[in-house]
Order: sequence, then structure tokens, then C-alpha cells
Amino acid sequence: MNTFDYFRPTTISEAVAAAAEPGAAYLAAGTNLLDLMKGGVARPSRLVDVNHLPGLDQIEHLPAGGVRIGALVRNADLAHDPDFAQRFPAVAEALLSGASAQLRNAATVGGNLLQRTRCGYFYDTASACNKREPGAGCEARGGDTGLHAVLGWTESCIATNPSDFCVPLVALDAIVEIEGKAGRREVPLESFHRLPGDAPERDSVLEPGELIVAVRLPAEAAPFAAHARYLKVRERTSYAFAVVSAAAALRINGSAVVEARIALGGVALKPWRARAAEEMLVGERSVETAFRRAAELALADAKPSGDNNFKIVLARGIVVRALALAAAGTPERTPALPASPFAHNPGALLNV
Amino acid sequence: MSFSISLTVNGAARKVAFDDPRVTLLDLLRERLDLTGAKKGCDRGQCGACTILIDGRRINSCLALALSHDGADLLTIEGLARGDALHPVQAAFIAHDSFQCGFCTPGQIMSAVGLIQEGQAGHDPERVREGMSGNLCRCGAYVDIADAVLDAQKRLTKLDRKQVA
Ligand SMILES: Cc1cc2nc3c(=O)[nH]c(=O)nc-3n(C[C@H](O)[C@H](O)[C@H](O)COP(=O)(O)OP(=O)(O)OC[C@H]3O[C@@H](n4cnc5c(N)ncnc54)[C@H](O)[C@@H]3O)c2cc1C
Ligand code: SF4
Ligand code: FES
Ligand code: FES
Repeated sequence: MNTFDYFRPTTISEAVAAAAEPGAAYLAAGTNLLDLMKGGVARPSRLVDVNHLPGLDQIEHLPAGGVRIGALVRNADLAHDPDFAQRFPAVAEALLSGASAQLRNAATVGGNLLQRTRCGYFYDTASACNKREPGAGCEARGGDTGLHAVLGWTESCIATNPSDFCVPLVALDAIVEIEGKAGRREVPLESFHRLPGDAPERDSVLEPGELIVAVRLPAEAAPFAAHARYLKVRERTSYAFAVVSAAAALRINGSAVVEARIALGGVALKPWRARAAEEMLVGERSVETAFRRAAELALADAKPSGDNNFKIVLARGIVVRALALAAAGTPERTPALPASPFAHNPGALLNV
Repeated sequence: MSFSISLTVNGAARKVAFDDPRVTLLDLLRERLDLTGAKKGCDRGQCGACTILIDGRRINSCLALALSHDGADLLTIEGLARGDALHPVQAAFIAHDSFQCGFCTPGQIMSAVGLIQEGQAGHDPERVREGMSGNLCRCGAYVDIADAVLDAQKRLTKLDRKQVA
């Protein structure tokens, strides 16, 4: 690990000014950043420690039905907040399907949004990687691509965004509140992460020094609570990143779909919203045949970036299963094995 | 450059000086305070051998920057017993033969103490296993570990959870 200056700001404006300097990086819990620094993948010359900034650790339930989550709220505290888990169950389930209890106790909301890809070649400084070193090439091409993209990728980078949390958040139209030198701005989560294009070194639209202060879920996200699930396929049932995941949320009247939200994880460099599939489902009966057509639409543009065609097939199946589970109804409590396709899910399709 | 932070470690106030900003809580415990119970398995958040409680919450001390935790209250495996009286989780690990080589054990025990305090798993074996999945055991003692955690939890439910540690 390279050495660095350590700075602990006491106000947001102090933090923003310090982090705008070249080479500076914010430190939240450090569960991703310190890991990357130990591997020599990130080499900041200055750490700006945001952990002690006041006012960023609150979960505020807004009068109209939305919620505002401070950037320093710990992943576990959000998932276990009873009001939050009841109103946004797919988000709680996604959080609890990520990492381990120890990591969730430390990891922050802001840090989760900005965790970097788990592409093994990005992590290995002996490999060529355009994200780590612009122009160097991409060693993942032709390599081991099980965790790599099938949507939105380019020749320059085929990596995926590893966050579970972001998948239901993007389905529910979350908004990121950002504070920068020029003041405060808001960006929908859907346009917060960048696809690689020809500049994969930039993960998000943040400008130097910009700080995430909160993530907001609008009131319109709440009516999905009765039919909302997150499903995640990984190489082991717990403590592993998603190979493919899906969030599904429905508003159902009788047996007809009134509104649908679908997003995919592990398939692109950003959490992937499947809008065409959502629109198709409106007015349909909430049955398997409709879910299968929705899944076809969600993956219509998918193409393998290597030896990973299986992910397209897998993703279709996971979308169908997530929709079926959502239609069957949100369980009263987050399942013992959150988001696991192997959990006992009474009444749902288990053969998809 | 030199730094100094104040910590409460296993109930005792400690002032620790060090000269490198890169020191993690794990390195600080092992190298500067001679508390080698927390183990360095992977040093990357992947194994749980370094699990300790910070302000009552279980975390991986290998990914916690010491400088960021000035003022924190740490509990390590060394602080769990009361004199000769083992903590109920320690006693349950012995009763259930929940280890072979013992390398992962301090992390497993601290993680179990954290899990019981969190109160999310109840007496459901599946929730206990899931809640303990951040602690790997290369000897594969998982079955006996889960039994010990469930057993200790039963004994401890009579106590106030906040006093578990
Ligand atoms: C072994 C392991 C397994 C994991 N498994 C999963 C998993 O299955 N699913 C999953 O989703 N995640 C997983 N994670 C990742 C984990 O969720 C992230 O490491 C964590 O959420 C990052 O949060 P943090 O507070 O530690 O961020 P940090 O590591 O402190 O920061 C991460 C990045 O965000 C920036 N940053 C932090 N806060 C802000 C802010 N407020 N404004 C602007 N920039 C900011 C930092 O500069 C840094 O670039 C795993 C991690 C490990 C180590
Ligand atoms: S896929 Fe992206 S992150 Fe991975 S090696 Fe290629 S450029 Fe780097
Ligand atoms: S040493 Fe900390 S998790 Fe492995
Ligand atoms: S007892 Fe040997 S690693 Fe767990």
C-alpha cells in the first residue's frame, strides 16, 4: 500500500474542498477502498475521512411516503430498520444478500454505491486494464468472464457493477443527492453510474470532490411493498458476489399488473433497468407466460462479452423467477437465506 | 509523521502512538498492543479471522483504518472471559468441540457474540448459519460451530442482550 495524508474534515464544505485536490479520495468504512489500496489498485495520496461528518447517518421517513437515507448509514442498520424493511423489502433483501454481517455492519450507503468492479483483471495489477490504466488494454477479453457483462459493454471494458443494493434502488427510481464545490445537485441513480464507452476509468458522473450526502427513494416506490423481491445467483449461497441478479416489484390489481419494475445486477457496468419489459407487463395477467415474455425483452439486446453466454440464459430465468416470487407476495420477514434461489419459497415457480 | 489515538481496549483506556497512517486496527492490536487473538487470515475482508467488536458491533479489523477509529471501544477475544470464567460462547465452543486447528476460532467466537447481540437470527439454525457466513473455517468445523452458537444463544437469552459481551 502506498502511504498517504490523512485528513478528517468536520464540515461537508471542508470535505469537498479537500477531496477536490488531485490524488484525494474519500474514506468511508474502507471495506472496498482499503482492499484496493492493499492490492495497489487504488493509490490515493490523501484520504479524506467522512466517517465523522455530522448529519449523514440518519434514515428519514418522509411525510409523503418516501425515505431519505444518509450516506453514512451502515448497510446493516438500513436493512434492519423495521420501517424501512417493511416499506422497501426488496432493498433490505438485496442488502442482506451482500457481503457478510461484519462487512454490512461497517459498509456505508455512499461507499456501496461507489464500490468498484470485481473484475479479477482490474484487481490484478500485473494484467492490462483500461479501467485501472486508460489505454492499457483489457485482459478480460478472452479470459475468465463469468462475472463479466452481457449488456452495455464495449471493446474497452466488459466489467460489471457488483452492488446488490443498487439493483432494487434503480428499479425504484432512487435519487442520489450530491454536494460539490458548486453546491448541491441531484442525479437519478439510473444515470449515476457510467457505461464504459471509451472511458471505462470513470465509474460515475461524480466530479472531483463531489460527495454523496444521501440517497432518496420517492413516495412512488412505496406502493410496491406487497410484491417486491430480489434474487441473486452466486457461486455459493452466501458471502459471494452476484453472477446474475434481479429485482422485481409489482403493483397488482386482482390478477392484472398495474405497474412493474425490473432491474438486473451482474450484467452490466451499471445496475440495469429493464424498462421495455416493465411496459410490456402493464395490463397483463401476472402469470408465467407474461413473465417469460418480459424476460425475453429484458435481455433482448444482450450479447456475450466472452465465454459467458450462459449468463443471458441465467438472467432470463432469474427475471422470470423474481417476477413470480414478487407476484406470490413479499414474505413477512426477509428470508433466512436472503435472495437465494435455493431458499424455500412456497407457492413460487421453482423450475424456471 | 506520528499519530496518536485513544481507544478503550477490553475495558481499559489505551493511548496508542504510531508512525504510519496505514496501520489497521488488526495490525494495531497484534503488533502494537500484543493482542494476537484476532488473526490475520486474508487481510482483505474475505475470511473473518480478524473479527472484533467495535462499539459493540462485529467488524473485520483488517479493513478498519486505525486512524479512523480514534475514540472507539474495542472488544477482542482476550477481553471476553471474566477472570477464569469463560464467556458462554467460549464455553459452548469447548462443549461442542467446535474447532480443529483453532485458527478461525477467535474470529468465530467474536462473530457469534456479535450475532447474538444483533438479535436477528433467533433460534433458527438457517439464520445462524447465514449470519455466521462471514467466518470461514478451513477445517470445516461449521456444523459444530453452528451448534455451539445456538446453544450459547439459548443460555444467553435469559440475560439482557446488551450485556452479552
Ligand atoms: C469480501 C467482500 C465481499 C463482498 N460482497 C459483496 C456482495 O456480495 N455484494 C455487494 O453489493 N457488495 C459486496 N462487497 C462490497 C461492499 O458492499 C463494499 O465494500 C461496501 O459497500 C463499500 O462501502 P464502504 O463504506 O466500506 O466504502 P469505502 O471502501 O470507504 O469507499 C468505496 C468508494 O466510495 C467512495 N466513497 C465512499 N463514501 C463516499 C461518499 N459519501 N461520497 C463520495 N464518495 C464516497 C470512496 O472514495 C471509495 O472510492 C463485498 C466486500 C468484500 C470485502
Ligand atoms: S473488463 Fe474492464 S475492469 Fe476488467 S480488465 Fe477489462 S478494462 Fe479492466
Ligand atoms: S483477516 Fe480480516 S477478513 Fe480475513
Ligand atoms: S478450526 Fe481450523 S480453520 Fe476453523
